[in-house]
Amino acid sequence: MISLEINGKKYQVDVGSDVPLLWVIREHLKLTGTKFGCGVGMCGSCTVHIDGKAQRSCTTQVGSVQGKKITTIEGLPEDHPVKKAWIAEQVPQCGYCQPGQIMQAAALLTENPNPTDKKIMEAMSGNLCRCGTYPYIKRAIKRAAKEGKKS
Amino acid sequence: MKTLISRREFLKTTLAGAGLTIAASITPFGSRLLSAQEVKKGLFNPNVWIRITPDDIVTIVVNKSEMGQGVSTSLPMIAADELEADWKQIRFKEAPGGKKYIDPNWGMQLTGGSTSVRHMFEPLRKASAAAREMLRAAAAQTWGVPVNECAASKNTVRNTKSGKSLTYGQLCEKASQLPVPESPPLKDESQFKIIGTSVARLDVPDKVSGKAIFGIDSFVPDMLYATIARPPAYGAKITSYDKEAAEKIPGVQKVATIDHGIAVCATFPDLAWKGRDALKAKWDKGSHPELNNETLEKTFLDSLKKEGAIAINKGNAENALTQSAKKIEATYVLPYLAHVTMEPMNCTAHVSENRCDIWVPTQNQSGALEVADKLTGLKPEQIHIHTTYLGGGFGRRGFVDYVEEAVQISKATGKPIKLIWTREEDIQNDSYRPGYSCTIKGGIDDKGRMTAWSHKIAVQSIFERFAPQMIQNGIDPAAVDGIAEMDYEIPNLHVEYVKMELPIPVGFWRSVGNTQNGFTKETFVDELAYTAKKDPLEFRLDHLKNPSARRVLQVVAEKAGWGKPPKKGEARGIAHHFSFGTHVAQVAEISVNKKDGSIKVHRVVCATSCGRMVNPNIIVAQMRGAIIMGLSAAMKEKIDFANGGVQTANFYNYNELRMNEAPEIEAHLVKTKDTMGGIGEPGLPPIGPAVANALFKATGIRMHRLPMTPENVMEAMKKK
Repeated sequence: MISLEINGKKYQVDVGSDVPLLWVIREHLKLTGTKFGCGVGMCGSCTVHIDGKAQRSCTTQVGSVQGKKITTIEGLPEDHPVKKAWIAEQVPQCGYCQPGQIMQAAALLTENPNPTDKKIMEAMSGNLCRCGTYPYIKRAIKRAAKEGKKS
Repeated sequence: MKTLISRREFLKTTLAGAGLTIAASITPFGSRLLSAQEVKKGLFNPNVWIRITPDDIVTIVVNKSEMGQGVSTSLPMIAADELEADWKQIRFKEAPGGKKYIDPNWGMQLTGGSTSVRHMFEPLRKASAAAREMLRAAAAQTWGVPVNECAASKNTVRNTKSGKSLTYGQLCEKASQLPVPESPPLKDESQFKIIGTSVARLDVPDKVSGKAIFGIDSFVPDMLYATIARPPAYGAKITSYDKEAAEKIPGVQKVATIDHGIAVCATFPDLAWKGRDALKAKWDKGSHPELNNETLEKTFLDSLKKEGAIAINKGNAENALTQSAKKIEATYVLPYLAHVTMEPMNCTAHVSENRCDIWVPTQNQSGALEVADKLTGLKPEQIHIHTTYLGGGFGRRGFVDYVEEAVQISKATGKPIKLIWTREEDIQNDSYRPGYSCTIKGGIDDKGRMTAWSHKIAVQSIFERFAPQMIQNGIDPAAVDGIAEMDYEIPNLHVEYVKMELPIPVGFWRSVGNTQNGFTKETFVDELAYTAKKDPLEFRLDHLKNPSARRVLQVVAEKAGWGKPPKKGEARGIAHHFSFGTHVAQVAEISVNKKDGSIKVHRVVCATSCGRMVNPNIIVAQMRGAIIMGLSAAMKEKIDFANGGVQTANFYNYNELRMNEAPEIEAHLVKTKDTMGGIGEPGLPPIGPAVANALFKATGIRMHRLPMTPENVMEAMKKK
């Protein structure tokens, strides 16, 4: 049995410790906001927070995150400045990569509430978007940073 | 989540429930507006659905698949405007598969070709106008006043004399008892309130919260996860596999042979993959073991020596070329590209004795129904296609190979299964943008005008597999898209098509033949401009009569500062292409590192003329997105072949543009009175040539090979 804490809730799952966290989150626990894109940590669709840091859940073994706090897109509050900015800037097109983009951006702003363009690029370039929403993502991050400063 | 409902459920609630339902049966030969009663009788097969319920909610059934292009917003906008609905009360439902939701122009339920808004504009307006008139009539009856005293606006009918008002929710029951007007008056376009505005997308909140349900998010009780051991080379046959070893993996429950390989089904995805690996499937060398990058390139070049079918032969290009003051020639070879939707192909299927359910992100519900019908032998009404959100489409999801597999596996195992392709399977089993070669010869006279253009294209046929009836006189329309009807006024034009035969599956890739033909046409016209010692913008304008083509070029030039010196170290390139009814011109500003061949695209300016605009923000988003996808294609992407199959596997060797490489993009919408054009695709073709033309300006090299990777740019510079 593997013990997990996801979005503040405790779960016990009967899986091998080497199973990627992604599949446990999605298919066992049905938290399907976290997406499968490549399985090799190169697209960022599966990004979640592990103890507040953005991590690729497709290359994270579930056994390695016991006792850690995991947050998925469902656990990020609806009034989080990043989620609000994503709606205000109308970022998504197909929307599939966006939970990963949002989780990556939220972690960036926690670490660096006022990132430069260069820092945004560094943090976000591991997340692919085939619809090409990058200009919107950049604008939304800047908006969220601005909102964060106000509050 | 806007619940996704099956056709049966929809009809049940729509036709039996309270409220007003307007259905319209629309074909290219005419239309018929229908009440719920008439639909119940089954006399007509409607394909447009609008429903108003006592809670004052207006639901539009969207018969086009939402894959990011915004149809789940733009189609409801069209209906809401004509209906005089309150936008806040609008909901949408993604149509399931079925004849009741076909595209009236195509007679199929298919999303593609940048046609959704164009095809559904009039049908949705007509049905909505009928509903609006019935609501007005219901109010007039209630108050005992003439209809012309009843004005509809924002989900309310108001008596213009007494000032009394009733909401649509209050009127819908009564309205549903009234006859459906067959020719309701349509609003004057100057009265549009919602069409032409940038209302927020209806799908965005669910896509931000993580609640949006894509195909891969489907669950069926008791389902197994399926994966497939596939041949590594085209036409390869299995020589051995260890079924028992796979079955020994805990959780593996079924192993079955299907057309495309050996399917392994398990209780969990990773167990299915372990089972697949345990099979240790061995394959023979396949039908084309010699196929690799080098042999393919040779095949493409050799094909240009063959005689092809003539797409257009205006004047006498050959004669004109010999007589021209200057002539140039170039041969291009462009690579195969994958679609790489972020959501890999997947399908959930449950086949039982008398019912088949399919949950699938598809652009082609009609194709999915057809393949399920063929495989199960069930009647169409026993097959239920549940359309989910699509995590990208770009043409890939017009093919139903993965639906075929899921239905086969469910049928063979008797279990509901979710088939999830790995990224490797997705990249290696695509229907690719075809590899392409062409030779272009162009001539100019002593005044610098183009006198002749001869374009010979060698490419596989896309339509041969998808809709062979589209091939006429040996011409696949996708192969010559954007060339045979090019806008440039050239007195002698010859376009020839050599159909290539290769085992590689090819398909529709965002903007289809216009990607390759747009690239070769717009880089070659640039070459001709420099040969004529003319400015590339002026040269284009000299040969263009079409006012919208001229206008987008003029606007993009002005906005980009064409003619003024660019920033130090930067160069500009320009291109224009007309596709899917829309004119797009783009200017790219780039710099080149001559030591390593890397290109940095700093800024792209885009001007679009698409006639009437439904949602300008969505149009701009499609232009920006297409520019980024087009840049990715032109600068980074290529499928590699080796040993008779695809060698490229995942994002570590299929490179795509990332955020740090994305330029600033200014997208301008130019208002013209043109017929409404498409939006999803036409933004893509001009960007590759705009960058390549800027690269010439910066370095003096012409890229006749793609992608423009640093290695390929260095090689071209060495050859110069």
